[in-house]
Amino acid sequence: MSVRNITKENFEKEVMNSEQVVLLDFFATWCGPCRMVSPIIDEIAEENTDIRVGKVDVDVQAELASQFQVYSIPTLVVMKDGKVLTQATGAKSKEQILAMLP
Amino acid sequence: MDKIYDVLILGGGPAGYTAALYAARSGLDTLVIERLAAGGQMALTHQVDNYPGFEEGVDGFTLGRKMQQGAERFGAKTVFAEVQSVQLTQDVKELRTDRGIFYGRTVIVATGANPRKLGLPKEQELTGKGVHYCAACDGMFYRGKTVVLVGGGNSAVADALILSRIAEKVILVHRRDTLRASKVYHASLQQAENIEFIWNSEVVSFQHADHVNGVLLRNRITGEELPISCDGVFVSIGREPAVALFDGQLELDKAGYIVAGESTATNLSGVYAVGDVRTKAVRQIVTATADGAVAAYQCEEYLAVSVA
Repeated sequence: MSVRNITKENFEKEVMNSEQVVLLDFFATWCGPCRMVSPIIDEIAEENTDIRVGKVDVDVQAELASQFQVYSIPTLVVMKDGKVLTQATGAKSKEQILAMLP
Repeated sequence: MDKIYDVLILGGGPAGYTAALYAARSGLDTLVIERLAAGGQMALTHQVDNYPGFEEGVDGFTLGRKMQQGAERFGAKTVFAEVQSVQLTQDVKELRTDRGIFYGRTVIVATGANPRKLGLPKEQELTGKGVHYCAACDGMFYRGKTVVLVGGGNSAVADALILSRIAEKVILVHRRDTLRASKVYHASLQQAENIEFIWNSEVVSFQHADHVNGVLLRNRITGEELPISCDGVFVSIGREPAVALFDGQLELDKAGYIVAGESTATNLSGVYAVGDVRTKAVRQIVTATADGAVAAYQCEEYLAVSVA
């Protein structure tokens, strides 16, 4: 499935009310490690149709970044039923990201 | 029988992909094993101004991708995998990864270096929660806040200047009584009014709840301890080579770098070390790419002799 662009406006619908597990990637366009992780996130979204994958641009979505206490990017968050299961910072390999999923 | 590559390259930074370009272009069967993405440390650099050929500069991530594509144009392959162990002493060298085992007649080690850590309790756990190693990446989250910057070299001062433009206050903590940074930085430092200096001191522990809220400093001369309130700590105390995999096989110098001269040859035949992981005076992208070319040439020579 394609990656969704998560904003303050669609957060409730796309993330909080999602029946699927959600993987969120907090990133910035200018951040090197984020750009390393980004294609891996796209691949995971393509290959795992049972989860919902979203990206949050921290420059545009400062409120969401602060809500998740993001102080370092990339930050990856896995959520289920509106609750955070795991949250981790730093660039990670595909295996490491998949291991974060329940 | 499993495939045996002519050249296995560990690490996809500028040294690794230049080695791959030269090796593949010479017709050698070449595989790059990279953990994450092309570029290595260079990919974390927003603006590279000292790699020739880019009159406006270039961002490190893009340059890394271009180096990868340049090597792949001549048939070099890339696999994204984490190397778990290596066996470099035999004629056919073996790399065990989370994506299977790879065999090669030669190995080029291009694993680079990582930011040096303070080595304090809870440091790992608090990374990203107030402990940071990249001011350019994470500084923006400290707008209007107080941060501690640990270090005294050129990159520490460059980081302090980046942070001074974002944070309310930057407290630079250095273990000596003067900066090691070059003179060019001193004028800019003096102009930044929100940088405060604490000399002869080191961080001994973090104060924190979920997030860092302070550090405890110790004066290295008087032994006096000083608690400081801050919202984040940026660590800029140099780099350390990524050599854990090679312990006991490759000869390392006292600082942990792989002992290899300009020929890039290590103590093991058919194994070469390139870029930041090698003992050398100047660690730059251009010197890393130069190493890559030299090592590929060495592999070619070695293979010509050993196969004949």
